[in-house]
Formats: sequence, C-alpha cells, structure tokens
Amino acid sequence: MERNPMRRQLQVMRKSLFDQGYLDEQFVQLEELQDDANPNFVEEVVTLYFRDSARLILNIEQALERKPFDFNKLDGYMHQFKGSSSSIGAKRVKAESTLFREYCKSGNGEGCMRTFQQLKKEYATLRKKLEAYFQVARQAGPMETACRPK
Amino acid sequence: MNFSCGRGAMSITSSSAAWKPADAVADQFPAGLRVLVVDDDPTCLMILEKMLRTCLYEVTKCNRAETALSILRENKNGFDVVISDVHMPDMDGFKLLEHIGLEMDLPVIMMSADDGKHVVMKGVTHGACDYLIKPVRIEALKNIWQHVVRKRKNEWKEFEQSGSVEEGDRQLKQSEDADYSSSANEGNWRGSKKRKDDEEETDERDDTSTLKKPRVVWSVELHQQFVAAVNQLGIDKAVPKKILEMMNVPGLTRENVASHLQKYRLYLRRLSGVSQHQSNLNPPFISPQGATFGPLSSLNGLDLQALAATGQLPTQSLARLQAAGLGRPTAKSSIPMTLVDQRNTFSFENPKLRFGGQQQQHMNNKQQINLLHGIPTNMEPKQLDNLQHSGQSIGNMNMQVASHGAQNNQNNSLLMQMGQPQSRGQVLGDTTVSQSPGHPSSMGQPILSNGMAANFASRNGIPENIGGPSYNTVSQASSTLNLPLNFPMNHASELPGNSFPLESTPGISSFSSKGVFQDVSSEIKGSVGFMLGYDIFNDLNQHKTQSWELQNVGMTFDAPQHSSSLQDDLHIMQSVSVQQGSTVQMNGHNRSAAIASKAMFSAGDIKEHGNAQNVNQHLNNLVDNARRVKSERIYDTSPANLFPDHFGQEDLMSALLKQQDGIGPTENEFDFDGYSIDNIPV
Repeated sequence: MERNPMRRQLQVMRKSLFDQGYLDEQFVQLEELQDDANPNFVEEVVTLYFRDSARLILNIEQALERKPFDFNKLDGYMHQFKGSSSSIGAKRVKAESTLFREYCKSGNGEGCMRTFQQLKKEYATLRKKLEAYFQVARQAGPMETACRPK
Repeated sequence: MNFSCGRGAMSITSSSAAWKPADAVADQFPAGLRVLVVDDDPTCLMILEKMLRTCLYEVTKCNRAETALSILRENKNGFDVVISDVHMPDMDGFKLLEHIGLEMDLPVIMMSADDGKHVVMKGVTHGACDYLIKPVRIEALKNIWQHVVRKRKNEWKEFEQSGSVEEGDRQLKQSEDADYSSSANEGNWRGSKKRKDDEEETDERDDTSTLKKPRVVWSVELHQQFVAAVNQLGIDKAVPKKILEMMNVPGLTRENVASHLQKYRLYLRRLSGVSQHQSNLNPPFISPQGATFGPLSSLNGLDLQALAATGQLPTQSLARLQAAGLGRPTAKSSIPMTLVDQRNTFSFENPKLRFGGQQQQHMNNKQQINLLHGIPTNMEPKQLDNLQHSGQSIGNMNMQVASHGAQNNQNNSLLMQMGQPQSRGQVLGDTTVSQSPGHPSSMGQPILSNGMAANFASRNGIPENIGGPSYNTVSQASSTLNLPLNFPMNHASELPGNSFPLESTPGISSFSSKGVFQDVSSEIKGSVGFMLGYDIFNDLNQHKTQSWELQNVGMTFDAPQHSSSLQDDLHIMQSVSVQQGSTVQMNGHNRSAAIASKAMFSAGDIKEHGNAQNVNQHLNNLVDNARRVKSERIYDTSPANLFPDHFGQEDLMSALLKQQDGIGPTENEFDFDGYSIDNIPV
C-alpha cells in the first residue's frame, strides 16, 4: 500500500547513509537486533546515544576552553565518545574521534581544536539525517506488513 | 605445561560428565547462561543487553562497578560470567576483575574500544579470560559460554588432583608451590617434569572419583581467614595443605585453597608491581609485569623500572605465560621464551608466570613481604630438595631470595617475581642479564621467564666467576637481574643474590650482586615461579665465562627449555641449577658474589642480616648437594657479607665491584651465591 513507497524511500535513505560513509556495519548489527519484541530498537538506541554523547561533547568543549590543554583528560573524554559512537556505527564521527585522539597523544592543541570542529559538524549532520530516517521509518510501519503483497 | 594438558585430558572426561547432570538446563546450554554486564556507557549497555538476550542468555546489567560487586556478593553463585568495560568512572575495570576473581572466581571478559596491545596485555595479566574490542558484535558474544565451561573444567582438574598432594599442588598451582622437587635434580628440569607429569597423571586418574566439587565461593570472611592463615604461616611457608589446616573450614579442600592461593599471590604481585608492567604474568610468582618491578627500581638503581616498563616480555611471551598462569598448557613454553626475548629487559614481570591462572594477585604485597622475610627460602621443601640436587636449586633460591630481597636485588627481579609484586628487583636482571654472550646469563633469562628467571639471569651477569670480565656485565646484570620475576622483593631488594647459585651456574655464582635476593627468598617461595630463572643458571653455566656480562643477560634465559618447565613448577629454580655451578665462578668472584649475594639470600634468611650466615649455610648445603663445590667457596668467603643489611644495590654493586676486580658490580642481582632459599635444607 502506501507503505511501499515509504519503504522504498526508506531503503534509499538507508543506502545513501551507508554509501556516503555515515554509517558502517555496526549499524546493521543493531538492525538485526530489532524484532517484534523491540520494533523500535534501533531508534531507541540512537536516541539514547545522541542524548548521552551530547554530555561528552559539552565536556570536551569546556575542556578545550581551559588553557593549557589537559590532553589526558581530553583523550579520556574522547575515548568514551568514540566507544559510544562506534557502537551505533557512526563511521565518520568515529573517524574524527580517532584523529582527535591522535592529536591529543601528540600534544597538538591546534590539531585537536580543528578536529573537534570537524567532529561537531559530522555529529550534527548525522543527527539530522538519522532523525529524518527514523521519521520515515515510523511512517513506513513494520516491515512485515509493509512488504506483504496483497 | 604438560601437566595441565595431561590433567586437562583427564578432567575433560570427568568434567564433561559432571557438567551435564549438574546443570539443570544443561541440554539447553548455553541458553540460560547468567551474565552480568557492567559498562558506564548507557548506549553500549543497552546494545549489549539486547545482544545477550538474543543469544538466549539471562542478562543483568549495571552501569557501575561497585553496584556490580554488590550484586555479585549478594548473589553468590547467581552468575556464570561477567562482562565488564575497562574504563569506568568509579572503578578501574581491572580492579573489578581482580575483585571478582578473588572473591567469586567467575570468568570475567573485559571489553574496550581500546585495542592497544598494552591494554589487552593488561587484561591477560589480570586474569581476564577474554578481551573484546568495541564495538562488540553479537558473534563475539555467542561464544562466551566457552569460558564458563573451560573454567569449570579446570576446576575439575583441580579436584582430581586432590590425590597427589605435592604434585597436585604443583600442577594446580603450577608455580604456586614451587615444586621443585622433581626437576631439580637433573638440572634439566624438563626431564624431571616429565617424571612429574607422569606421576601426576597417574594421580589424577586415581582421583577422578573425587570429583565434583561444588564451586567454592570465597566470601569475604573466608578470604580473611585464608589471609590470616597465610600470614601466620608466612608467605613462603604458606602451602595449601597447611593453610587448609589452619583455616579449618569444613568442606574446603586443598585444591580450593591451592587455586585461591595462586590467585592471591598474583594479586599481591600485581599490587606491588602493578605500576610497571602490565604484562605481569600471572604466575603468582613472577609476575614480571609490572608488579614486581616497582620495588626493583630501588634495587640497583638500574633501570629496573625501565626494565619493568619495558615490559619486556614480548606480548606473546606474556600471553604464553599468562596462559601458563591460567593453567593453560602453553604456559610453560611461554615463559622461557619471554625471557629469552627479553633478555635485556627482563622485566621479569613480563613473564607472567601465571601458572594456574592466577589471575588476580590479590595478595598484598605487604603480606607477602612479611611472609617472605621470615622465610629464608621461598622454596618449599620440595624445592629445596630439588635445589640441592641440581644446582638449580640455587637458582631457585635465588629466586626466593630475590623475592625477599627484591627490593635490593637488582637481580632479584627474579625474586620479585616470586609472586610478590614486591620485588621488582627483578628488574635488575633485566638489564644485564641479557647475558652476555653465551654466558650464564641464561640464568638471568630463564629466570625471567619465570619471573624469577630474570633475576637469575642477572646473576649471570655477575660474572663473578665467569672469569672476570663477565663481572662487568654482572654489575649491569645485577640490575637486570632484578629479574622482574615477581619476586616480592618488595622489601628485599637486597637480594642476597650473591648467595645464589653461584655454583651451579656460572652465572649464578656471580650473583654476587645479588643482594637483591635476600628478601626474595621468602617471597620467592610463593612465587616460585621464579625458579624458572634457574634455568638461566643452567645456561649460565655454559656461558660462564662470558656470561657474566650480564649486560646482555637480559636473560639469557635461554634456558627456555627450562623455563617452560619452570613455569609450571618452580622447578625452574631448580633447573636453574644454579648449580651448574660447575663454573661456580666463585673462584675469585665468589667473594664478591658473596658480598653481592648479600641480597641473594633469599629465603628469608637473608632478610635478617643475621641470616646471611644462615644463608650461607644453606647455600653451602645446597651447594653440596648440587655439586656445587664451588659455590661453597663463595659463601664462605663472604658469609659475613651476605646481607649485611639490605644492601642497597649501590652498595652491593660497589662491594662487588671492589671484589671483582674487573668484574663490575655484578652484585646486583645475582647474589645468588647465597641461595638461601628458604627451603634449602640446611
């Protein structure tokens, strides 16, 4: 029914997220965990991620305002952030986190700041895209009903 | 080790048989596996929970380590496996791991986004049964039940061994009870091991009937009783049998105590040496890794710390050792290897001689130290016997000594390893032990493997006998000798090292530097794992002439052959055959060694300066047995010198230097001359 076109749109959005490198294989792991008992599992996890990681972003931001930089602390925050991001498959965000940590290890404050700005951009973009994605997913309805031909 | 393999084989049958009926949902296994997952990241926690549920496991999640511990304490036997993150705000994941291992003895799986070798190694040394890299995939979780089965199987093995007292102990604890007895004699401890293996296997078969032992939960009270008993007995004399008697808890078996003791030793070792190496091998005795190195620094001033830090043992070796510690068959080989590799760095701590899976070294260093002090030789009587037989014992002694003297011992690194984190002395050995070309440095090395080995190796450096030139290296070696062997060397850096096996292994005798071992001896006892170092001595013998250049000594442990065995049994000490002493360099060096050996007097005797004399006696005894004629000389020469007071490494070194004309301050580590290994039956 109408769901089909939504389903199709959802598929297109999903594919684009993967193709453009926003998401990686770990996201698929989450999708595979979704079932009848937890039909919105992926969205729940992603929502939890954005809520929790916002706190970490804030911590890092505040730490970057204090000079000189406490690289250990920054690295610690980023380590947590990276772990979280990787668990939902946020590929680009994870890459920026890794880069940030490299700069921390080498004590490169400039590099840290630049990377952090980039990271925040990727993070914001991902958030927008996923929000749109889940909106469509909710409208598209459960897979089974949507795909069943009549 | 072979032992474990052998045992394993036996136990497999029994355990598998036991497994089924025991578990109510056995046929559905692994469904229903009760998992506790701990992670401060809510996103990860949610995902993990869902994944585990999908695997049909029963999941309990918590976001704080303290909460997890209280849940576990309240529900003893309520969980089968724990999965924990490494980085948590309220408590370090490794600390949680130790607690769980000590109190509940559950398999713990660590996980982290950090996949650095260093952190993974830490997991290994702390006794984690697995390490998962985040993001965790469900496939990785599907198989975690294997760790539960494996652990139970190992427990079975322990039970089965109840029959063979000593051997069983040895096997179970592998390094725990320094069973030197068998190997010592030949100086080829491999051979002896085989004998033991055979014996043990036989025993195992006989004991199969005993079997199924319900898992013992080490409650806080029980653990306190255990610790009290251990302290009362003295760490070196704390054998499972006696501990069991003292605790007098109905239903508790020797095996229970044995495995717990092993863990405890690891824990103590880790406490003392934790700063340095992550890779501490489990072996209670020699946690080369870090645990012991701490004190080592005091030892010679050599860069024990550096050595320790260097972690020197290659990951694989550590892993092997770890495996060994964990009771895996690989253990044996791993240790020796590491030593060899390490050579210079014998941060004995690396060779985690985790025998028997001591994953957590709960032991407090302090306790250990105290315990060791009193005990002249950590080596248990058996060990001592062995020592006597084979010069190796000397090595063992050293090890022990090292533990006591760990502090000073530069060489004591071995001692340090002795399971007591204390003596980082081992580090001593690191540097020099690398054995100077062919020299007995092997001593040092082998020791390292055991943890102790390192120390011994350093001994080698003590070229005392080697013919002079080696001494130079020795001095260096001494530092290296500090064999990170986890000798509890905390206190003792003085390693009587000198007292060490000068005789058997050329390198050993040169232990003059050993001052470190003094205290070690007591400590070494427990950790016997060090004895691995003895193998080194064997090698040392060969090298004698050159070996003492401990510099390289790093541990010429090439005696890997031994090492493997060492690991399993403290035989290493024996094997170290310090006796090899044929070279007993003591010739002239003995004197210096003697002095140097101040530290060496391991076994507790040394600790007390007065013990030095005892040590000498012991050493002499050993020497005699070990054919160490030469070594005797050494001891005689400087009985007075032995342990004058915990010589600082520097002192020893200088003393040694003086003695050895050109030898260089071998003192450090290998004061093996005086192996005053506790057990050395005087």
